[in-house]
Amino acid sequence: MASLFRSAEMTLCQLFLQSEAAYACVSELGELGLVQFRDLNPDVNVFQRKFVNEVRRCDEMERKLRYLEKEIKKDGIPMLDTGENPEAPQPREMIDLEATFEKLENELREVNQNAEALKRNFLELTELKQILRKTQVFFDEMADPSREEEQVTLLGEEGLRAGGQALKLGFVAGVILRERIPAFERMLWRACRGNVFLRQAEIETPLEDPSTGDQVYKSVFIIFFQGDQLKTRVKKICEGFRATLYPCPEAPGDRREMAMGVMTRIEDLNTVLGQTQDHRHRVLVAAAKNIKNWFVKVRKIKAIYHTLNLFNLDVTQKCLIAECWVPVLDFENIQLALRRGTERSGSSVPPILNRMETLEDPPTYNHTNKFTSGFQTLIDAYGIASYREMNPAPYTIITFPFLFAVMFGDLGHGSLMAIFGAWMVLKEKPLAAKKSDNEIWNIFFGGRYIVLLMGLFSMYTGLIYNDVFSKSLNIFGSNWHTNYSATFVLSVQDKMIDPADNGGYDGYPYPIGMDPVWQLAKNKIIFQNSFKMKISIILGIIHMLFGVSMSLFNYTYFKNKLSIICEFVPQVIFLVFLFFYMVLLMFIKWFMYYPTNVESEIKYSPRCAPSILITFINMVLNKETIVDPECDANMYAGQIPIQKLLFACAVICVPWMLLAKPLYIMRSRRKMNYSVSHQQMQAATGNGDAEQPIHNNTAQPIVGHGGGHDEEEDLGEMFIHQGIHTIEYVLGSVSHTASYLRLWALSLAHAQLSEVLWGMVLNKGLVVDGWLGGIVLYVIFAFWACLTVSILVLMEGLSAFLHTLRLHWVEFQSKFYAGQGYAFLPFSFENLLDSASQTAEE
Amino acid sequence: MPVCGPKLSLCGLILSVWGIIQLALMGIFYYVHAVALAEDLPEARHPHDPDSLKDFYTDIDRGYTQNAFNCWIAALLYVVTLALSAHQFWANNRSSLSV
Repeated sequence: MASLFRSAEMTLCQLFLQSEAAYACVSELGELGLVQFRDLNPDVNVFQRKFVNEVRRCDEMERKLRYLEKEIKKDGIPMLDTGENPEAPQPREMIDLEATFEKLENELREVNQNAEALKRNFLELTELKQILRKTQVFFDEMADPSREEEQVTLLGEEGLRAGGQALKLGFVAGVILRERIPAFERMLWRACRGNVFLRQAEIETPLEDPSTGDQVYKSVFIIFFQGDQLKTRVKKICEGFRATLYPCPEAPGDRREMAMGVMTRIEDLNTVLGQTQDHRHRVLVAAAKNIKNWFVKVRKIKAIYHTLNLFNLDVTQKCLIAECWVPVLDFENIQLALRRGTERSGSSVPPILNRMETLEDPPTYNHTNKFTSGFQTLIDAYGIASYREMNPAPYTIITFPFLFAVMFGDLGHGSLMAIFGAWMVLKEKPLAAKKSDNEIWNIFFGGRYIVLLMGLFSMYTGLIYNDVFSKSLNIFGSNWHTNYSATFVLSVQDKMIDPADNGGYDGYPYPIGMDPVWQLAKNKIIFQNSFKMKISIILGIIHMLFGVSMSLFNYTYFKNKLSIICEFVPQVIFLVFLFFYMVLLMFIKWFMYYPTNVESEIKYSPRCAPSILITFINMVLNKETIVDPECDANMYAGQIPIQKLLFACAVICVPWMLLAKPLYIMRSRRKMNYSVSHQQMQAATGNGDAEQPIHNNTAQPIVGHGGGHDEEEDLGEMFIHQGIHTIEYVLGSVSHTASYLRLWALSLAHAQLSEVLWGMVLNKGLVVDGWLGGIVLYVIFAFWACLTVSILVLMEGLSAFLHTLRLHWVEFQSKFYAGQGYAFLPFSFENLLDSASQTAEE
Repeated sequence: MPVCGPKLSLCGLILSVWGIIQLALMGIFYYVHAVALAEDLPEARHPHDPDSLKDFYTDIDRGYTQNAFNCWIAALLYVVTLALSAHQFWANNRSSLSV
């Protein structure tokens, strides 16, 4: 059971593995995941280690697999993820794997190359086809007799004459990217001084760029010009703009023939392309079935060799030596795993696992399950517990949702949160299998049990506060009634409800939580503030006392008697005598004073009830409380002397905390020093040699002096350290107590905000008269629901969560938690594969 | 055929379930004249003297009944929304499965 409250006991072990058995043994340990290996050659370069070659081969295999995976994803083939976990293959299987991957990769590369070449060919042909089709229009236009007229007017006499002699217009036709057209046109115009004639037509369907695979839009163009010089110029410009030019016969008959030829070639190419695609698809589908499996295998091999690289080689080269941290309780399991590994490798010599003594701090290893891991994460985010320190996580399971709920108390909002949490918990397995890479979702899902508990606890506090979306539930019937006459009711705007008021209050409280009448009372906030403030201080002091008592368990476990006497006891006294006394005063006030207007009981009426805060301040400042003459300044007999005594005790605790421990240590050291030097003196004199004592005496002061100097510095440090601790604790008690008031403040803010949201939004839908109201309500409700979720549940929930986190990290854990350990990171395939797949997804 | 996306239909689904439950309950509370909801009623004639109190009470009673029915109307509208979004959700699921 001890492991629940503390981290597991760890031990450093030395492990001797026979070279042949090492691989299988490490593989078994990786499946087990309970061993953290230490690097025994930290000064050796990564490239100089023994199994560099194997690691490199694994890297190469992984690269090939990633390539395959990329291709599979490109084709949108679903990868079969059976979730099975193949064992790490034998080293000799590595060659087979390598051969398989090599073959696959080559095949795929070849197919891809072929496909690219074919596609390029196909693109050219399609472009040519488009040119032939589009230019036909241009040529038709040219041949159009109705255009003759136009030409005449445009070209004038000379032109016509030239045209009449079949005006030797040359032309080039080609295809260009559509976005380049405007620049191209302008360039042509400028370079040829307007002596060329450009026609262009867009190709409607996008064409696939064979090298990148992108869909690009292109246009067909045809340029008419006269003369060779212009022709070279035009061609150069086309080249510059990366336009592809295609030969285009002048005669319509030739063109038609060519078009026919192109069409048949496209047909042929299409079949070939289809076959290539089919082949590629077949290869990829076959690979997709196994790829996850392969990934797991390769990563496991790599991890094993990586671990083997951490080991030391024995002088005989026959055996590998490893050092590892091992949880003591799992010693048996590890030995079993090692035996399995040996059997599998067929080695005859069993591996040897023996414990080592060490002064090093072992890593912190907290056993968690899916329920506690969320809470443990919250604690670890502050700092990993020191080795074998009290782990606050088990208590956090209750205190965290509870303090959260005090701030988030609303039955409606709480049930929304609880439903969300319950859904995540119930659908745990399918949701976990989805492995979403949405960070926010992962945070919520990781903390699903926290969310569920926070929701349930909020429902409870909501019931106590009697708040459902800021409205109260009248389950048991209010214990208040009115006995005012109609005229009186008409004459006042609103009235505060007062239990002392004759007849308003039935005299016994509502069975659970607040009476629903408070929702409509004018003095609701005044009443609730006083209640919630007191509750938060009471909860805070109990929480802090719990934290301090936790330190007792730490001290007893580490056998630190001195700290119990010099730190724990004065700390408890200080906190109890001052602050817990204040809590007691609150209860005394609640029990002793009651609402009454009777003159004889005036001493116990609200008018005479002393303010706890003033009483407390006066106790510390040692002042008299000034009260009305008819009231009693004291709540109970002998209050003043008792308070003085308590305060004096608390004050004495401060120097006790500050000085006792360092002084005691100083004295005990001096005593030890004295006894040591005394013994030496005795030994020297007893020796009788004349030289020896002198030698001893000359040597001794130097050492003694050096040691003394160190000690002085040490002591100074100790005093400062203790001083800081004391100041932190004493001031902390005050400021932390005040800090717990955030419970009240946030709860008030939450209640007010939800009331405002109801009043400003949903109310607008409810006050509409007539049947139209239903439709208005329908719309407004949706709006109100969205705001409720986003502002009140998400934002307010987040802020309450953060404040709760702070209360735990600072106010609670500062009392006992050092958090200076480091986490136990076992060599485990499971963790490795998880992190590998996550990085791959990113 | 899916008109709205998978997220919107899910949102509509959740919202309408919530709306049906809460509005139906609120309808009941209005119907039994819950005092907690007294602030959320249509305007009533303000009484100036004890004689006009009767009018005030009839107004309030009428408002309660009216609001109860309005809540149930809104709840019914959410039933329609629920059906629509459920159909959309189903259609989305099916189309995403068939691809």
